[in-house]
Amino acid sequence: MRDRGLIFTGLVLFLGLITFPVWYNLASGTSSKPPELKLPTAEKQCVAPTETMRMSHMEMLITWRDQVVRQNDRTYVAADGKRYDMSLTNTCLKCHDNKAEFCDKCHDYAGVKPYCWDCHIDPKLVQRSKG
Amino acid sequence: MSALYSLLTVLVLILLAYFGVASAHLGVLFGTVIPFAAIAVFLAGLAYRVVKWANTPVPFRIPSTCGQQKSLPWIKQGRLESPSTALGVLGRMALEVLLFRSLFRNTKAELRDGPRLVYGENKWLWLGALAFHWTFLVIFLRHLRFFMEPVPRLVNLLADVDGFFQVGAPVLYVTDLVILAALLYLLFRRLRDPQIRYISLFTDYFALFLLLGLAGSGVLMRYFTRADIVAIKELAIGLVTFSPVIPKEVGPLFFVHLFLLCVLLAYFPFSKLMHAPGVFLSPTRNLANNNRMKRHVNPWDYPVKVHTYAEWEEEFHDKIKAAGLPLDRE
Repeated sequence: MRDRGLIFTGLVLFLGLITFPVWYNLASGTSSKPPELKLPTAEKQCVAPTETMRMSHMEMLITWRDQVVRQNDRTYVAADGKRYDMSLTNTCLKCHDNKAEFCDKCHDYAGVKPYCWDCHIDPKLVQRSKG
Repeated sequence: MSALYSLLTVLVLILLAYFGVASAHLGVLFGTVIPFAAIAVFLAGLAYRVVKWANTPVPFRIPSTCGQQKSLPWIKQGRLESPSTALGVLGRMALEVLLFRSLFRNTKAELRDGPRLVYGENKWLWLGALAFHWTFLVIFLRHLRFFMEPVPRLVNLLADVDGFFQVGAPVLYVTDLVILAALLYLLFRRLRDPQIRYISLFTDYFALFLLLGLAGSGVLMRYFTRADIVAIKELAIGLVTFSPVIPKEVGPLFFVHLFLLCVLLAYFPFSKLMHAPGVFLSPTRNLANNNRMKRHVNPWDYPVKVHTYAEWEEEFHDKIKAAGLPLDRE
């Protein structure tokens, strides 16, 4: 009856809120284009296939951390038998030397905040502070 | 039996989406057509039902309260149980919507030796419902990271708090554990007690199995089988910007997750899940108990043809007089 105005206000409010991502993306001019990564040029081959790295790199990194920190085992044997030093800074970041153009691109896009950088540092930042 | 049927239905839905994408390559159907259709059905169906409710007249207050209504100044009023002001109603509604107060009053009845019927408190349903609904809200809000670019700071903050314990990588979300535990408890509650099992219908189990499937497929993707979330975000952003894309990196398990969500959305307006908007429109909760302070006149009262005592006396004046009965007019 005379609450109709109130109910319709609530309904419109709900419809506005539930479709909020549509308006938000419209306002920020978002397109469905994924982020473009700056891939390393020096090395052509990673420690695992791209597919695996894309989906499971976090699992590998945390296994590496546990192996190094808890078992003092620093050797990683890749699927093709090649040996690598288990190190974020010395192995991963040697080729992927640009955190902002590589790591952060996807992490910011997907809203993932890994806590690698609570201990590790971005080598680019060190160089900048030196120079 | 109804539990089994609804479990089977959900399993068929899961297989349909999985093999629809994995074998029949119906990615466009499951990733674009069905989501748009489901969202349209959800929004239109929900709006339709709420508008229909809004047009249902509620002319009078229904004071089905368990508190003292406003009376003489020396009688203490139950301000939240039987509010007489808009502010009091707001408090009662807030407690109902946010904390499920009426579930808190849930009781259990037991027949003991004697025979003696005893009633006791039963807060587990309330706790399970509270845990499920709040974690569902947090999970819903966390998922906004897939639908908004750039990701709002509040969504990131919520994910940070949810992953506070930093267990593993990707970080374990506490809400993922809680929602599964709560849903399993709510299912267990229906199956355990013969009385509750007797009154449980297909729809009661269907909603639970659907939500379990939804949460389960999400958990499976995040912690076990892995999914390419950049590709998934591409798909999600494509949906909300109306420029759909189906990246080839998206696996069939994601389509199971999405399809179960679509089924939930499309099913929502026609099911008991409408208690979500319905709780706001419960006449026994959202109307102040001010019957004794205000006169509520039924607005569609039509003029009724009445025959008053004066008219009646006029009509039978002579007969009443002859019988020697007293008359008002003399």
